[in-house]
Order: sequence, then structure tokens, then C-alpha cells
Amino acid sequence: MKYKIQTSSLNLHYGSFHALKDVFIRIRPRMITAIIGPSGCGKSTLLRCFNRMNERTAGVQIRGHILLDGQDISQTGNDLTQLRKRVGMVFQRPNPFPLSVFDNVAYGLRVHAMKKGAAVGKAVEAALRATDLWDAMKDNLHRSALELSAEQQQRLCISRLVAVEPEVLLMDEPCSALDPIATEHVEELMRVLAEKYTIIIVTHNMQQAARVSQETGFMLLGELVEFGQTERVFTNPADKRTEDYVTGRYG
Amino acid sequence: MRISPKHSQRIAVTVMWAIAGLTLAVLAFIISYILWHGLRHITWTFLTEPPQSMGREGGVLPMIVGTLWVTGLAVLIAAPVGIAAAIYLTEYTREGRMTAIIRFGADCLAGIPSIIFGLFGFVFFVITLGMGFSILSGALTLALMVLPTIIRTSEEAIRAVPKSYRDVSFGLGSTRWQMVTWVVLRSALPGICTGVVLSIGRSISETAAVMLTAGSAMGFPHSIFESSRTLSLHFYILSREGISMSNAYATASVLILSILGINLFAYWLMRRFVAKAV
Ligand SMILES: Nc1ncnc2c1ncn2[C@@H]1O[C@H](COP(=O)(O)OP(=O)(O)OP(=O)(O)O)[C@@H](O)[C@H]1O
Ligand SMILES: [Mg+2]
Repeated sequence: MKYKIQTSSLNLHYGSFHALKDVFIRIRPRMITAIIGPSGCGKSTLLRCFNRMNERTAGVQIRGHILLDGQDISQTGNDLTQLRKRVGMVFQRPNPFPLSVFDNVAYGLRVHAMKKGAAVGKAVEAALRATDLWDAMKDNLHRSALELSAEQQQRLCISRLVAVEPEVLLMDEPCSALDPIATEHVEELMRVLAEKYTIIIVTHNMQQAARVSQETGFMLLGELVEFGQTERVFTNPADKRTEDYVTGRYG
Repeated sequence: MRISPKHSQRIAVTVMWAIAGLTLAVLAFIISYILWHGLRHITWTFLTEPPQSMGREGGVLPMIVGTLWVTGLAVLIAAPVGIAAAIYLTEYTREGRMTAIIRFGADCLAGIPSIIFGLFGFVFFVITLGMGFSILSGALTLALMVLPTIIRTSEEAIRAVPKSYRDVSFGLGSTRWQMVTWVVLRSALPGICTGVVLSIGRSISETAAVMLTAGSAMGFPHSIFESSRTLSLHFYILSREGISMSNAYATASVLILSILGINLFAYWLMRRFVAKAV
């Protein structure tokens, strides 16, 4: 399969507000794709289309197609539970449950009844290792996750996703609550994770997009104005509006 | 004359201290007055024997048992129903006319005097359903009475759970029910417990509603279909009919101490559970 996620003429309305306009995007597997654009242009909305989280909001109407591995996920009757197991989401603010470190990571395993008995412990360990948290956490598994630092919390949230063995990780400004050093660590982690997972990151930070992503999409007022190789989008944009934005002349 | 900000702050603090102090003083006075007159009449016999000659002599054991039955049963009925209603209102429906009506109804019920609940219980449970004066009639009536409190406090507690927990849980593919039972109820538990403890307090101290439904039999209740007099009703009858003021105060002391005990136990339980959950 050449593309992990593909949309065609994707339109989304919040009531009468047209938030996504004919979005056509193709996400390649095992890569980091960045979505950039000014505040309110619809980045988060687009991201939430991929795990159908927009449908929780009242008055949302979606038209168009979203294919995951070539299969349309937007058909009603599709199993949301299964979809969200495959397409996980990391949020802007680190948001562990007020449970122990262990229970946080095991949450998804329990939701999907994936593992039993000792296998749960093994899977938790593997998920914590995947985000480089294991050494710091192995003696603190029963501490409250709320006591961790912001960076550790965000790593924990990523572990919690990785534990259910997803295919796609959606990250909505995952570093905006972190300091520069923690941001650097999380970016490093993303590069490692991209060997196994397809990652889509929304970011306000253009340097970050340039640093971590292979492909970048620029959105403006609900439109996907430009999409392509990150380097080309930043150095040689095809659209005047993209150029204005990446050179800081916009808004 | 203008008062400087510094002075007005001083005055405000003093006045508030005085009011708070006065409230506490009145409370302390009432409690110590009752305990002063009551504690010295509390003996082992008083706690372990049935009353004699209408309560002039003997103890209050049947009333203690009756109170435990009526209150315990009432809360056991009201808590699951109330918490379920709160979950439905917050998690399973969208805000709309229906939820507004249910909420308005609950608020109205909360404001109705207990004697009205007693009258309803008397007409409906005691007579129409033929349950007679019984622990069951009393418990059902009290359950109706405290239901609005449990619904509203649980609802507030559930609403206070951050939305992000729900987003994460759904984002991981959980069903609504998994989210409610594993995340929401767990975080809302202290608030829900507060409502339940309040309800226990209200049930224990109720007199009018239980008089009309649980009755005032002084015998030892052998089943929930028998009438039983609760401690607060016993106190009311002893003092109103001038049977024995010393035994009335002793009964009141038992009541106060047990409410205190229940509250302490509830807080201890809550602290322990919360500490474990976090
Ligand atoms: N629930 C909603 N109801 C109505 N309008 C909404 C809703 N959610 C978002 N919008 C609107 O849709 C547009 C896109 O929102 P979205 O959150 O996707 O933007 P964004 O690009 O992620 O912005 P930011 O960078 O600030 O996070 C905004 O104009 C916003 O006002
Ligand atoms: Mg956003």
C-alpha cells in the first residue's frame, strides 16, 4: 500500500461554519507528516477526522472519503473501537489519568482485552521501553502518574497509545506544553517511533515541522493550500500564501 | 468620612471572624449541652436492652437496630438509583429539554418538607401497597426523600471530571461504559460519597417521615416487614410526651455520636480509597 491515509474531497461543517474545504491529502506510511498553519485554520479538525473524534461534537457534518489502508473509515457502522485502536491520538496537554503509571499504560490493553495476567506486565514494560521511560519508571510503576514531570507525562501518554499496538499516531501540538529541552527529547522519540508507526503531527512551530517531518501540509482557512516534501515546502513553496507563512510574513 | 482600604479590610475580616465564631459557638453549645445532659445516662444497659414502661426505664437497643435498618436500606436503595440517574443525565444524553425537566424535578423534590414525603409514604407504601407500618415502608420513603440530593451531588461530581479524561478514553477506543466505570466514576467518587454521607445524615435524623411510615413500635424488629421506631423518633416521643428527659438526652447523645462516627468512618474510607486510586 502506497498511502496509509488518503482523503478525497473531505468537507466538514460545524453547524453552518465550513471548517474543512475539499481537503485532499495523502499520508505515506512510516513517516512523519507535519500539518502547519495559522490558528483556527482547521489543523486539529483534520486530525480528528482520522480517528473520527469530531463526531462527538454536536452539529458536525462530514462529507467525502477517508481511506485507511484503502478502506473507507467514514462509513457508518464501522467499528469505532477498532478504528481508534489502529489510529491513536496524543493531545496538546499531557493528560494521564489520575491512576498509577502502570494502570495508565494498561488502560488500553484492558479496554481491548488484549492481554491477560502476566502478559499485561510484559506489554506495559515494552510500551514504557518504547518511549524510554522504563528505567525511570520501573521502580515507580505504582506511583500516581500525576506526580511525573510534564515531559514524562507526555511520554507516558505516548506509551499508553503504543501499548495497544496502533498503526497511526496523531499528535496535536504534542510539545506545546513542554520546555525546549523536553521538546527536543520528544522530537527524538518521534523519529524513533516513525520507524514503526505513521505519525501525523500538528504544530505551530515551523522549525519543529522542518526538523522532524518528511512531508508537510500547509493549511489556511480550512483549505489544504500546499502539500509536499518538507524541504521543498519550506524552501521553494509553490503557493504565494505558503511562502508568506513560512517566511513569517503572514498575519 | 471615608474608611481607608486597610481599615475596611480589617473590619471585614473581624466581622467575618465574629460571624464564623458565633456559628461555631452556637453549634458547640448545642452539642455540649445535649452531651452534658445525656452522656451520664448512657450505660451499658442503656445500649443493650429494650425500653421498659414506654422508655422511662431500660434502653434503646431496638431503636438502634431499627435506625440501622431504615437508614441502611434507604441509602442502599437511593444510592444506586441516584448514581445511575446522574450517569444517565451527564454521560448518556445530550443537554436538552428532557434533562432540564428532570433536573428541575429533582430540585423541586429536594425542597419538599419531609412531612409531605411521610404523608405520601403513608398513603402509597403503607396503605395502597399494603406494606403497613414497616421498616421497608420507612426506607422506601426516605429513599425517595434523599434521592434528589444523591442525584444532584453525583451529577456535580461527575461533571467536574475533566473532559480530557473522556477524550483520552474514547481516543483509545473504549466504549462509553468502560469510560464511565473505569475513569469517570473513579474520579468522581469522593464527590459522590459526600452526597451519600449527607443522605445518611438526613435519613438518621428524620422523624416526621418515619413516624408515618416505619411507625413507632418499640419491640425488637425481626424483619423489614415489621414496624420499628428509630432513635430520632424515640427522642421526639420521649421529650414531647414528657416521658423521660434524661433518657431523651441520652438517646440524642447516642444519635449525635453515631452520626459523628459515620462521618468519620466515611471520610476515612474516602481518603483510603482516593489514596489508592491515585
Ligand atoms: N466545536 C466547534 N464548533 C464550532 N466551531 C468549531 C468547533 N471546533 C472548532 N471550530 C472552528 O473550526 C475552525 C478550525 O478549528 P481547529 O481547532 O481545527 O483549528 P486549529 O487549526 O487546530 O487551530 P489551533 O492552531 O488554534 O489549534 C476554527 O475556526 C474554530 O473556531
Ligand atoms: Mg488545534
